[in-house]
Amino acid sequence: MIESLPFFHDFIWRALLGGLGVALIAGPLGSFVVWRRMAYFGETLAHAGLLGVGLGLFLHIAPMLSVAGIAIAMAVLLRLLEKRGDLASDTILGILAHSTLAMGLIVVSFMEAARVDLFAYLFGDILALSNVDLIYIAVADLIILGMLLWIWPKLLLVTISPDIARAEGIHVERVILIYTLLLAVTVAIAMKLVGVLLITSLLIIPAAAARRLASSPEQMAVIAIALGGLSVVGGLAGSWFWDTPTGPSIVVAALALFILTLVTPARR
Amino acid sequence: MSQTYAPLIQAVDISVRRQNLLVLQNVSLDIHPGQIITLIGPNGAGKTTLLHALLGLLPISSGQVLRQPGLRIGYVPQHMPRDERIPLTVDRFLRLAGTHSDAERHAALQRVGVAALRQRFMAGLSGGEMQRVLMARALLRKPQLLALDEPAQGVDVSGQRALYALIRELRDELNCAVLLVSHDLHLVMAATDEVLCLNGHVCCRGRPDAVSQHPEYLRLFGHELDELAVYIHHHDHEHALDGSILESQRHD
Repeated sequence: MIESLPFFHDFIWRALLGGLGVALIAGPLGSFVVWRRMAYFGETLAHAGLLGVGLGLFLHIAPMLSVAGIAIAMAVLLRLLEKRGDLASDTILGILAHSTLAMGLIVVSFMEAARVDLFAYLFGDILALSNVDLIYIAVADLIILGMLLWIWPKLLLVTISPDIARAEGIHVERVILIYTLLLAVTVAIAMKLVGVLLITSLLIIPAAAARRLASSPEQMAVIAIALGGLSVVGGLAGSWFWDTPTGPSIVVAALALFILTLVTPARR
Repeated sequence: MSQTYAPLIQAVDISVRRQNLLVLQNVSLDIHPGQIITLIGPNGAGKTTLLHALLGLLPISSGQVLRQPGLRIGYVPQHMPRDERIPLTVDRFLRLAGTHSDAERHAALQRVGVAALRQRFMAGLSGGEMQRVLMARALLRKPQLLALDEPAQGVDVSGQRALYALIRELRDELNCAVLLVSHDLHLVMAATDEVLCLNGHVCCRGRPDAVSQHPEYLRLFGHELDELAVYIHHHDHEHALDGSILESQRHD
């Protein structure tokens, strides 16, 4: 009887802690994804994540590290290509997203044994989080939150008006690059929870839901954290009681919260 | 005029190319503390491009722009997109200008006449209100150079007169230089120390009274000046609400 309740199992606690740890960084970073219209960039990082997984398995390094590496490379490549100025961002992102996905599929095809693992990376396996994963998440949380607090006012001004920011002596390119790198690392971390295919949803759905409830940028970030946390709890609970896949359940829980906010009047 | 101080910004023979098109050619300009400089010229003359080049917002193709290290610039751009995605009040926006007290933020808004907007959301402001809020934010930073890109667009004639008077007052209060972009001529001429008439290159420059007699200036703006003369005539008096002319308020 007692075993039928979720909180008597270590793996549930690990899943909960890991999920909340990711929600903590996905809230504020996701708010900037929404403000800066970068949802497609999140998608690109996710697609490239498959190449990272493939390379990680191929080279026998922890996939979280290889995915972080590939995601950072994507972030830098995007900034460099954007600077040339002759192609629109969405075109560049389309090229990067699909070519890295294709390369990822080719790399994975070389490894018969990897196919089972691959499924976990595509759709996530939050219930399989290890203590080592939790440590990774905790360290990433500390670094990412610290860096984000440090650049917050600058990043906000750069987002509102890059020209004013530049005229006031802010190194706009540098601030955006730091933010992009933080996002890349977050995607690598979140991959373990919901898989590469659903990562962007963790960034944008709680933040989008928070938009209607918030009256300041900071409030929006904090509410996004809370809604992300609720989604994790809801997804885990749903998954436990109805035996649904956990990662997708978290995303559906986030969607349910978003729909709830649609019926509340917007504050603006 | 305090021309003896080192210039805040010194542009030496700068050119800007955009897709192999020379949009700005061999412009040199010094901006000294306390000076009001106005860039005028027809659409596409490169006024905003020059302003951006001076502020370091875009790369120049040749020449040199020297800005005093640590120069505090208050920049009021021509357009500020109203962004519904970020929940941002006017007050929060002002707080991004640095650490200022509550009273300082209030005073800055008050100075440009929009103290009532403080708790409003940025996305809900009208064009004119946005312009004022941007000015308040620029003031808050106690700029050494106030750069205003077409501050008078969409403002009616009496509003423009008040705006240019305000700009002069701010220059005196802050002892800052002012760099203005404008394409309306008459009012701005009265409120400026130096005019740079642009049309890809510098057509003519100097004190407003000298520029307004310059053949290049007349060639560029002669047509508009004729229209303006008529315009001024019509606004030589005030109308009552019913449209009748108020004799007592005739200016001349």
